[in-house]
Amino acid sequence: MLRMGIDVGGTNTDAVLVDEEGRVRATHKAPTTEDPLDGISAAMAEVGREADLSEVGKAMLGTTHSANAIIQRRGLGKVAILRLAAPSSLAVPPGADWPDDLRSAVIVAEEIIEGGYEYDGRVIAELDESAVRRFANQAAGTADAAAVSCAFSPANYEHELRAAAILAEEAGDDFPVSLSHRVGTLGLLERENATMLNAALLGVARRVVDGFRRALQQHGIDAMAYITQNDGTLMTADRALEMPVLSLGSGPTNSMRGACSLAGLTDALVVDVGGTSTDIGILVDGFPRESATAVYVGGVRTNFRMPDLISIGLGGGTIVRPGEDGVSVGPDSVGYRVTEEALVCGGSTLTLSDVSVAGGRLSGFGDPALVADADPAAVTGALRWVDEQLAARCERMKASREPMPLLAVGGGAHLVPERVTGASEVVRPDHYPVANAFGAAIAEASGTVDRVYQYDSSSREECLAEARAEAKAAAVQAGADPDHVRVTSVAEVPMTYIPGGGCRVQVKAAGRLGS
Amino acid sequence: MRELTLDQVDDLALGATLLGTGGGGDPYVARLMLRGAISRYGPVRVIEAGELPPDGLVMTTAVVGAPTVLLEKIPAGTEFTTSVKALSSYLGREPAALMPIEVGGLNTLLPLATAVEMGLPVVDADGMRRAFPQIEMTIFTLAGISASPMAVADEKGNLCVFETNTNQLGEILVRGAVMSLTLANAMASYTMTAGEVAEHAIIGSVSYCTELGRRLSAVQQGEAGAYDRFLEFAEGRIVFSGTIVDVERRTTEGFAKGTVTIEARDGSDSVMKVGIQNEFLVAFRDGEPVVTSPDLICILDAETATPITTETLTYGQRVNVVAMPCAPEWHREGMLELVGPRAFGYDLEYKRLGA
Repeated sequence: MLRMGIDVGGTNTDAVLVDEEGRVRATHKAPTTEDPLDGISAAMAEVGREADLSEVGKAMLGTTHSANAIIQRRGLGKVAILRLAAPSSLAVPPGADWPDDLRSAVIVAEEIIEGGYEYDGRVIAELDESAVRRFANQAAGTADAAAVSCAFSPANYEHELRAAAILAEEAGDDFPVSLSHRVGTLGLLERENATMLNAALLGVARRVVDGFRRALQQHGIDAMAYITQNDGTLMTADRALEMPVLSLGSGPTNSMRGACSLAGLTDALVVDVGGTSTDIGILVDGFPRESATAVYVGGVRTNFRMPDLISIGLGGGTIVRPGEDGVSVGPDSVGYRVTEEALVCGGSTLTLSDVSVAGGRLSGFGDPALVADADPAAVTGALRWVDEQLAARCERMKASREPMPLLAVGGGAHLVPERVTGASEVVRPDHYPVANAFGAAIAEASGTVDRVYQYDSSSREECLAEARAEAKAAAVQAGADPDHVRVTSVAEVPMTYIPGGGCRVQVKAAGRLGS
Repeated sequence: MRELTLDQVDDLALGATLLGTGGGGDPYVARLMLRGAISRYGPVRVIEAGELPPDGLVMTTAVVGAPTVLLEKIPAGTEFTTSVKALSSYLGREPAALMPIEVGGLNTLLPLATAVEMGLPVVDADGMRRAFPQIEMTIFTLAGISASPMAVADEKGNLCVFETNTNQLGEILVRGAVMSLTLANAMASYTMTAGEVAEHAIIGSVSYCTELGRRLSAVQQGEAGAYDRFLEFAEGRIVFSGTIVDVERRTTEGFAKGTVTIEARDGSDSVMKVGIQNEFLVAFRDGEPVVTSPDLICILDAETATPITTETLTYGQRVNVVAMPCAPEWHREGMLELVGPRAFGYDLEYKRLGA
């Protein structure tokens, strides 16, 4: 059986076929197309020349569609948001901290009604069911989807479920509803933001998943279809239709995990150089280190588990401008048009790819003769800028002063020099240009638990054991091989001032996909 | 009188995060509340105590509870006005102004939001100029000013008023009430006259906090020389630069306690350990105490200069530990018993910063 990994980036659409031993059987890198599904289908056709696509049993897609939709405020659905928390929380209405343009593009109705829970499980107020009904009738006429948030719903979600049931009665079973306890963790405003983004992305997700499935069908591939998540694990395409927000940061994660596996390393810096930008992250035990601070997506504060990344405007298509006082680089890029616009390709724009060719870092791309008379000072200056940018960002990313290996991947990895300060070595693993699609192909199934436990009613050990077991069960539910599922992280945050030890426990389990 | 407008709220919030010394609650929600209040009711009128009649009453209001609960339980806003009204009804006198108890953490901003909503000015002063976890840990207690009567209110209209002989007992009763009322409540307390404020409070705290935030923001924006200008204003210095190699947390006696361990980045074997009890309270370099409460220990991200709170401490973070002297008003009889290292169970002498 083969696995197919697809990654749709802003510049390139990559496909990889991987066999059961993890060996790469075929790869292809194609430009991303106006309708991304054309690119996906074309990449599938290309890898199909080197292997029998009928052997593909599982197909995984990683994409930046959702992230771009939010950043560009494009193709988003209209959302009605219902918060169950009154009389608490009235001081900060939903969307209070959103950028104005995004708020007006997405939020068409908002209401805070009675409901929700206290930290100890008591209700703040009984759910105001008639208010839910009124809201449902308003939402059905104006919004594409509803989002429901509720105080302490990660611990108690009865009110969210009841509100969803009423919404279905009033607005119909097919009216989409996103519930906050399924989307995020503790932190009402951040979770609510994520839930609203999720509801706004349902249409985008529908188009991506339908297209992915259609492309699979076109090529006669009868495979399980998966979408990769922010944390380097998979969700089924069906779940992705409900939880598109969980795939927002999957692109960089796939690159990092792909790089890790291709190089056979579990702890390393990963530098993924694309056409427009470079993401620098760090792998710890084979997983990207996650950001500890609030993650902003398109100006909206969320509490997603996202890779801790530094992004810089540095890529193969980045425009280089020689000037009187030295060379200036970027941050703008010709992006996927690099194959037409770069000097070495016969174009008229000096890009970092041209500089890389002139400086001897890149070969086999365009015609080196076309940059033979490039200003040597500009070439040296631009490459020095690249080296300084990478060294400073890598240093910032590292977890300790110990040197660690640096994995250079992505289509623009040629820009990474042979030596980087603070890196013990620079490794360019086989198939490094398609590390992201490979990362999608080897993604794992996972499950999580995030809940407040009272350690006085049962012991800490019992609580943790229960959380671990539930996380593993959730991973198996998500498709992990029960024999290979393992707990990948346990975090406890004591809740101050609660006697008897109230504690928030977050456990994640992951495992390779079962057959 | 000066006006604190919308464009100063972010500086104030950043300064408050710094003065929270790792605790004090994330001012994020309080910032949104203050922005909302200013948008609806207009700017905050910030005054000196001397601008009020000497017998005019000044009250404080604050959120009491657990910062982690506040992540879910966003205030209604009404609980703060309810607590102030309950206190003034109990006393039979209206307040002339409000004041923060602590300028540090979210309680810096909340009383400002309440004041604009109630149409009251805010006195540019407080009782800590940093954050501490308990109600009695104020300079007012040292001056013999009672926190009582204390009014505690929730968003549903439940309220109670306590009178206690000591501020320590007030803390215990309020904490008990708040636990029953759901750990995210409002308290009005420390009523005093404008004359008492002028004599006993830490003067200029709100302005100090805003300016501190403004200078730290300049550091974050990478302005040349900004770090020096920030440290100069704070009278602070970087006492350690390194990478977090361990974060140990536990719950003891209702507090988030723990220790964070930082390894030097300069190639030496030097290690700093910072003791946590909601806030950063003591810092040891290679076993020797170098900063002790009530002096301030702030941990800043080495790259972004973001103040790091105890909840977001993570292995691998590269940080600068900045020490700042506490407000000079703290240095009077009774300080060490109230807020010195031994008050938090550290068997240490207080080592005055810069002394």
